[in-house]
Order: sequence, then structure tokens, then C-alpha cells
Amino acid sequence: MRIALIDYRAGNLTSVRKGFAAVGAPLFTPMSPIELKDAAAIVVPGVGHFAATTVLDEEWRKTIAAAVAGGVPLLGICLGLQWLFDGSEEAPAVAGLGAMTGRCFRLPPVLKVPHVGWNALEISRPSELLDGVADGTQVYFTHSYAAPITEATVASTTHGASFAAAVQRDNVCGLQFHPEKSGTAGLRILSNFVEITRVQGAKPLG
Amino acid sequence: MLSKRIIACLDVRNGSVVKGINFEGLRRAGDPAELAARYNVEGIDELVILDVTATIEGRRALEETIREVSSRLFIPLAVGGGIRSEADAAAAVNAGADKVSVNSAALADPSLITTLAERYGSQAVVVAIDAKQNGDRFDVYARSGQVAADRDAVAWAIEAEQRGAGEILLTSIDRDGTRAGFDCELTAAVSGAVAIPVIASGGAGTFDHFFDVFTAGKADAALAASIFHYSEHAVADLKQFLQTRGVPVRLEG
Repeated sequence: MRIALIDYRAGNLTSVRKGFAAVGAPLFTPMSPIELKDAAAIVVPGVGHFAATTVLDEEWRKTIAAAVAGGVPLLGICLGLQWLFDGSEEAPAVAGLGAMTGRCFRLPPVLKVPHVGWNALEISRPSELLDGVADGTQVYFTHSYAAPITEATVASTTHGASFAAAVQRDNVCGLQFHPEKSGTAGLRILSNFVEITRVQGAKPLG
Repeated sequence: MLSKRIIACLDVRNGSVVKGINFEGLRRAGDPAELAARYNVEGIDELVILDVTATIEGRRALEETIREVSSRLFIPLAVGGGIRSEADAAAAVNAGADKVSVNSAALADPSLITTLAERYGSQAVVVAIDAKQNGDRFDVYARSGQVAADRDAVAWAIEAEQRGAGEILLTSIDRDGTRAGFDCELTAAVSGAVAIPVIASGGAGTFDHFFDVFTAGKADAALAASIFHYSEHAVADLKQFLQTRGVPVRLEG
């Protein structure tokens, strides 16, 4: 099972690699979209400014979208989750992947922004992604922008405003927090994504 | 609600953990990877490795120590000590650090903060400030507290934030290693002046000291070294104590 980690130079990926390795799923880093053709799943990580996602040009986006349409599981982490949506206030001219409906917004300054630290997941509905993760479990966040709560939200978190902490619609998954830095709960979630990938890979094509 | 973070600090020299009192008289306290693995289980929220003598001796933080610790740790890891350049920061990050902490080098060249924030994101850049009370002011010191930097701690924290720092690690030189309690006055002054999180450091001795710095001190996180190293207080006991007193903490390990 080969899971692709997209490195678009938005932050360091060492911890993400270590996290997946800890749940028995080493990642490979494709240098061009064509290398995605054998990927059993795709992980889009990232920290920093939404404009950084423009490195993922039309060819990357088309290839990722086609893979997702073909059933390949996709996991966006932090900025990667925000990229799944239509766009963000942070860079209004930059389009997201559009796999999820809605635009990301800046957290209101009623509390300290950026939102840094451990905060609780409020589970919205059962999902494969958060299987075995109890309501109220704390995970590690570090971000200033956030995605809106939609029907794809499987867990929300509140920091000045409520936002989508975890999303899943079929094979498209996203986590605003850092599972690779969220202790045993985070490793469980990474393991759940690997399981989603395994189940998806066992399905007949079409 | 966002939890108040309890951060353990490993002061490392030549690959061993040491802990000083008022930055002097260092003594050994154990193997860093062993301590890190223990913290992972015990519910520490974050780990900071400081190569305490790196600036003085001109050495980089021990990359091998970072590699060993980070392979066993799935909570945020910050590394400081001797990070003088973008290349030093890259070495720490590539070895497994999630955040780098800069102190003397940022005082000498504040543009380093921006350089690192642009490369790794603000969330990866911690500006460490060592401050000492002089009359009614808090003065900043460089090079492990040895050299007055001719800066006011609050003003420097504000500038660091503007230049792209993601967090402030604020150490009271007066309290460091004394176990007399955090400097709540210093911490509140800095925390109230910036929007980024402030980690209070120096002086932890009792559970009450943590309660005080999270309430009167307005700290977002509190850091301690020796009170955790020698197993004098279990992390879980501290968190239970804080939760009982109404301070939000992360209880699961």
C-alpha cells in the first residue's frame, strides 16, 4: 500500500512521516503528478499561508481530483484541510480544491489568535476517520484560519467561533489539527485513515 | 476550551539532561530520550529541548538527541540553544523539531525571526526571552542570562510578534531554578501585550505556582524542568489539581 505525501514546501513534513510510520504506513513523496497514479491514498499536509497552496498547480489539482473521483482516499491536514474547501479569506483570489463547500475564515479576535494548543473535539456524527475517538478528546491545533461547519463536519472545535476540526465525505477526509502531534488519539486517527485506505483498496474498481 | 499547556523542558548538554539553578551549577538528570518517552505516557503537552551551553560553546543543539527524542514523541517538540542562523534552524527541524526557539541570535539580528517564519511558518518560531527585574522594569539578557541586551522585555516581545514569532518563551532569570514560583508580574505584562501565546518559565516548585501563573500571570502555557525530571510530582496529579481549581487542562495521556 503506497500512500503519497504531497510536499509543496509549506512546512516541514518530518513529523507527518514519523506519525504514519508509527502506524505502519510509510509515505512516499511524488515529485510530479504522474507519480500519483499508483497511490493508494493521498495526504496533503501544510502549514502557513493559504497562498502557499498555489504551488499545487492545475496539473496537480486535476490529477488529485481525478484520483479522488476514482475512489482514492484523500487526507488534508491543517492547511491541507482548508485547501479541500472552495477558498479562504486569507487569500481570496486563490481557489481551493473545491471538494468541500464553503470558504475558510479568520478566527475572531475575541480570544488569542493564532489558536495554539490542545483543544477538545466535539463529535458531530460517527465516522470512519474518528472511529474510537471519544467526544471531548483533546488534539493539538496551531492555526489562525478555519473551515466552516458543513454537513461534511464529523467533529467541531470552538475557539472564539466553532469551526470544522475534522471532515469526512466518502473518501475525502480533513483534519484541522495535527494528528501527528496529538499523542495516542492522533495516532489512532492516522491509523483510521490507513484503514479507510485499506478498505477502499479492497473494493472492486468502478 | 483551549487547554493551558504543561511543558517539560530538557536542558541538555553533551547529550545528557542537566538542570541549573540561576543558569549556573549544572548537574546531570538522565537520558533525554528516556525522559521524553516517559513524558509521552504521563501526559505532558509539549517538550522543549534546550542545549543550554550551545551559545557559549558555539555548538549547535545536538541533532542526534533531537532525532532520538522525536522518534519517540508524538506531541510538539521545540528545540533551542545555539540556533544562530537559518541553517542551524534547518538542522534542528530536519532532525525532527516542530518548533525552533531563538534567543541571543534574534537579539543580535531580529530579521532572523522573519526569515524563519517565512520558511517554516510562524507556528514553528518561538522567541525565547530571558528577563530580569531591574527596579520597575524587566530587562532582557542574552547569552544564557550573562549579557544585558539593552531591551525592555515587553517591547521586545511586541517586536518579536510583529516580526513573525508564533510564541514567546519567557524565562525569569530571578526565579529560574529557585522553586519560589513563576514571576507572575513579568508574565502578565508580556502576555497582555501580545496576541501570541506566552509560555512562562522559571521558578516552578509547587502545584500552586502553576495555578498562579495561569490565573494572575495570564500564561498560556507553563514550563518546568526539574520538578518533572526527578518524579517528584506526577504530571497527571498536577493536571488533576489544576482542573479541580477551574483551570482547563488536557487530562488524557
